[in-house]
Amino acid sequence: MTDLTSLTASQIARGVGAGQFSVVDVATAFYDRCTYIEPALHSYLTRVPQDQVIRAAKAIDLARAQGRQLGPLAGVPVGLKDIFVTKDLATTCGSRMLEGWLPPYQGTHARRVTEAGGIVLGKLAMDEFAMGSSSENTPFTVVQNPWSKDHVAGGSSGGSAAAVSARTASVTLGSDTGGSIRQPASLCGVVGLKPTYGRVSRAGMIAFASSLDQAGPLGVCVEDVARTLQAIAGHDPADATSLTDPVPDYLAACQAPASGLRVGVDRAALERPGLQPEVRRAFEQALLVLRDCGMTVVDISRPHAHLGIACYYIICCAEAASNLARYDGLRYGPRHGEGDLQEVYRATRTAGFGPEVKRRILLGTHVLRADCYEEHYGRAMRVRTLIADDYTQAFATCDLIATPTSPVAGIARASTERDPLELYLSDMFTVGANLAGLPAISMPAGFGAGTPGLPIGLQLIAPRLAEPTLLAAAQAFENHTTWHTRRPPEPEVG
Amino acid sequence: MTVDAYSPVIGLEVHCQLNTATKMFSPCEVALLAEPNTAIDAYTLGLPGTLPVANAAAVESAVKLALALGCEVAGESRWARKHYFYPDLPKGYQITQSDHPYAIGGEVLVPGPRGREAETTSVRLTRIHMEEDAGKNIHLPGEPWSLVDYNRAGAPLVEIVSEPDIRSADEAARYLRCLREIVRYLGISQANMEEGTLRCDANVSLKQPGSDRLGTRCEIKNLNSFRFLELAIRAEIRRQRDLLQAGQKIVSATLTYDVDRDRTRVMRTKEQAADYRYMPEPDMPVLVIRPEVVARLREQLPELPAARRARYIALGISPQDAAVITGEPELSDYFDAALASGGPPQKICNWLTGELLAARNNDTRPLSQLPFVPAWLGQLIGLIDDGTISGRAAKEVFAKSYAEGIEPAAIVARDGYRQVRDTGALEAILAEILDRSHKQLAQYYGGRQQIRGYFVGQVMKATRGQADPKLVQELLSKALAARAPAAD
Repeated sequence: MTDLTSLTASQIARGVGAGQFSVVDVATAFYDRCTYIEPALHSYLTRVPQDQVIRAAKAIDLARAQGRQLGPLAGVPVGLKDIFVTKDLATTCGSRMLEGWLPPYQGTHARRVTEAGGIVLGKLAMDEFAMGSSSENTPFTVVQNPWSKDHVAGGSSGGSAAAVSARTASVTLGSDTGGSIRQPASLCGVVGLKPTYGRVSRAGMIAFASSLDQAGPLGVCVEDVARTLQAIAGHDPADATSLTDPVPDYLAACQAPASGLRVGVDRAALERPGLQPEVRRAFEQALLVLRDCGMTVVDISRPHAHLGIACYYIICCAEAASNLARYDGLRYGPRHGEGDLQEVYRATRTAGFGPEVKRRILLGTHVLRADCYEEHYGRAMRVRTLIADDYTQAFATCDLIATPTSPVAGIARASTERDPLELYLSDMFTVGANLAGLPAISMPAGFGAGTPGLPIGLQLIAPRLAEPTLLAAAQAFENHTTWHTRRPPEPEVG
Repeated sequence: MTVDAYSPVIGLEVHCQLNTATKMFSPCEVALLAEPNTAIDAYTLGLPGTLPVANAAAVESAVKLALALGCEVAGESRWARKHYFYPDLPKGYQITQSDHPYAIGGEVLVPGPRGREAETTSVRLTRIHMEEDAGKNIHLPGEPWSLVDYNRAGAPLVEIVSEPDIRSADEAARYLRCLREIVRYLGISQANMEEGTLRCDANVSLKQPGSDRLGTRCEIKNLNSFRFLELAIRAEIRRQRDLLQAGQKIVSATLTYDVDRDRTRVMRTKEQAADYRYMPEPDMPVLVIRPEVVARLREQLPELPAARRARYIALGISPQDAAVITGEPELSDYFDAALASGGPPQKICNWLTGELLAARNNDTRPLSQLPFVPAWLGQLIGLIDDGTISGRAAKEVFAKSYAEGIEPAAIVARDGYRQVRDTGALEAILAEILDRSHKQLAQYYGGRQQIRGYFVGQVMKATRGQADPKLVQELLSKALAARAPAAD
C-alpha cells in the first residue's frame, strides 16, 4: 500500500472523495509519522491527542458515507502555526507569555480548515510572536530544517514549512508579516503563499504587526496551496480589514494558461550585497524556465526598494509594541512579581518575553514617542506609500514580478546570539509585498551547491487580488520543473 | 491689581456613554449593573487574536449628536490607539479618534441662570470623537490588592470637547446641563452623572484684564456631579488667583478636587504627564460616514429642547417654567400631548409643574406609563373653568384620577364633586349655620372679620366641599348684612 503521507493534499482529498482510502487511515498514517520523527524534527509545539484526531477523521468518513458534500480539504491532515487561536488547544505564539493559555474561542482559520474537512494535527513551531527569520527566537525547542540538522527551517513559520517538507502535515497554515511564510518555504523547499492583505481573516491570528500580517498556506505543490487558500479565504465579519471581494476558484486558476504573462525583474535589486551567487544563478535559471512556459521577462525598476527593510522594521516594531501591550499577566498567561502593579508589569514582561521580542518592543515604543513619531513612524508611513506606488507603476508594464525569495540558500543554526541586523537584511526581497499588501508566492527553484544542497526559492509577486494570475504562473513553472518533487532525507531518529 | 481683575477661562471635556445594546467594537452586551465581569467577551478582555469591529448603532448615535450640536460631520475619519498601562485597560491601549475626529465645530446655546433664562450664551465646540471606555478598578481600603470589573470596558463613548468659551463655574454647570438635556432628547444616552454615563473634566485658566493671552491652563479630572463641577472650578479659580497674586507662576497640571477640604490638588504636572504614543489604529479601516446616512439621521432628529423652549415661550409660558418643562424630555413630551388635546397652556403648565410633578415624586413609573394621561389635564382644567368643580375639589379629583387611572369627569360624577350653586339651597344651609353660631356672630359683629372663614368652612363642610365658594361668599355677605344688629 502507498505511504499515505507521501501523497499531496490534493491526492488525499480526491482519494477520500473516491473512497480509495479512509480518512482514519490517512490521519493514522500522519499521526504515526509525527510520533516517529517529531523527536528529531520538533515541528510541533502541541499535538492534538490521537483519539481526537481519529474522532475528527471518522466524522469526515461518516460524512462521505452519508453522501454529504465534502470540502476542499476533505481528510487532509493540517498543521497550524501556533499563532492561530484554537479553542481548548494550547496556543502559545511561541512565547512563555502564553504558556498554559487555553483559548476559550475558536479562531477563524481553525474553524474554516475544519469546515473544509481538514483534520487539525496540532500547533507548529515558530519564532516568538512571529518575530524572526529562523524560528530560533523561542524558549521552546527549535524546529530543524528537514534537509540539514545544522540549518534552521527559516521563520517565523519554520514549523509550518518543516512539517510540510518532512510530511508531518499534509498542508499547513503560516503567517507572513515580512516574509514569514515565503522565506521558510524557500529554505525548506516547499510552496508558500502570502495572499493579498485582507484576503484571509486576521481574526484568531495573534497580532504581530496588524497592517502587515497575513495568513496563508504552505504545501508541497501549487495545487495544495491553492486548495488550502480556497478553504481559508473570504470575508470575515470579525475582521474589519478583511476584504469583501468574492473569492475566485483558485484550483481552476492553477489550470489557466500562463503563456503571454509578462514577468518583471528589477535587475538593480540583484546587485545588492547579501545575495548569494548560487541563489542568483538559480534565479536566472528560473527566469529561463518562465520563458519556456511562454512568459516574457521584462525589466522594471522599483526606485524605493532599498528603503524597504528600514521602513518595514520601523512599522512592524511600532505595531508590535502596541499589539503586545496587552500581555501583562493580569487576565491570562503566567504572572510574575510580588510587589505593586509596576513590579508585576516589570517582572511579568521581563520573564515572559524573549530578547528579540523585547528589542522590537523597545524600538517600537521609541519610534512612537511623541517627540520621535514624525522622524521615524511618520516618515516610514510615507516611504511605505512610495514603495506601494513603485509596485503600481511596475505593474503597468508587467503582470508579475519575480525575485529570489531568500538571498541565501540556507541559514546555519546559531551557536551564539546572532547580529539581529544581519538577519533583518535576509527579508530584503520579501518585505515589499507586505508593505504594499500584495500577494506573493515562493516555490522551489533549485538547490545550493554545498553538501547537503539546500533548497532555493523563487518568489513571484502579483497585483492586489491577482492570486489567480500568481497561481497560474506558479503552476506553469512547477509543470516545467522537478524541484518540488525532491524530498529531504529521513531524519535521524533516536 | 484687584482680586476680581482675573477673568476665568473654562473649557469642558465631556464623556457621554452611548446607550447601545452592544459595545463600541464587539458584539458583547453592555450591562453596567450586571454582576462584575459577566458582560464581557474575548475582545473585551483583550484576548490574543481578537479584533475590533465598529458598532454601526453607536456611530449613528454619535452622528445624531453631532448634527444636534451643529458640528460638521467628517465623511472620513480615523481611529487611533492611545497607549497606557493600567489594569482596567485590557489591551494596553484605548481605541479612540485623535487627529481625524468624526465631528468638528458646533455650538451649544446655554440658557442664562434661573430667572434670566432668555440671556443665552454661546459655547463653541472644538470637536466630538468616539472611543471605547475602560473597565473599573475597585480598590478596597486596607487590602493590598485591587479588583477589576471589565463590564464597562469597551462601552461606547463620545467625548465632546468645548472651546474655552465658558466664563464661570455656574455657566459651566449650565452648559453641562444643556448638553445632558440634548443627549437625553436624542435618546442616545442615560447621561447620568451619578451612574457615570456622563463624566466631565474641566480646563481652567485665568486671564488678566485687557490681555488677549490665555493663562496657563490646568485640568481638573473626574467631576462626577454638577455640584462638584461648580465647587471644583471655583476652588481652582481661587487656587490660581492666589498663586498669581503671590507673584507665582501657574504650572500646567492635572488636578483632582478634594471635596472634604473644598480645594483642588495637583496629581501630576505636564512634565510628569504620560506620553500616550498615539498611532493610527491598523485594525480599523477609515470610518466612512456617507452623506445619505447623515441626511437620514438629520431627518430623524427630534425637536430639541431649545426649540421647544422657544415654542412654549411663544405660547405665553414663562422662560422659567419652559426651562422646567424641557428639563426632561418625557415631561416636555407629556406637556406637548396635553397641549394637543386642548386647554389653556399656562394652566396646563401650572398643573403639570405643580400637582403632577408632586405626585410623581413618589412614583417610579416613567411619565409615559402613568395611568393619568396627558389629555386629562385639559379635561380637569375645563371642569374648573366651566364652574363644574371648585379648585379645591379639583385637587382631590386629580389625586383620585391619578391613583385610580379614571378620567376626572368620571370621578366627578361618581363621587359627587359637582359644585352646588343652587342659591336657595345654599341660603337655607347658611341660615341654619348662622342660627346656631351665636358666639361667632357676636365676634363678627364685634369687629373680627376673619370669622367669615369659619362660616364659609361650615357651608363647605355641609356641602362636602361642593359649594361654589364665590357664591357662598356673596350669600354670606348678604346674610351677615341682613342680621347686623341695629346701630344704637
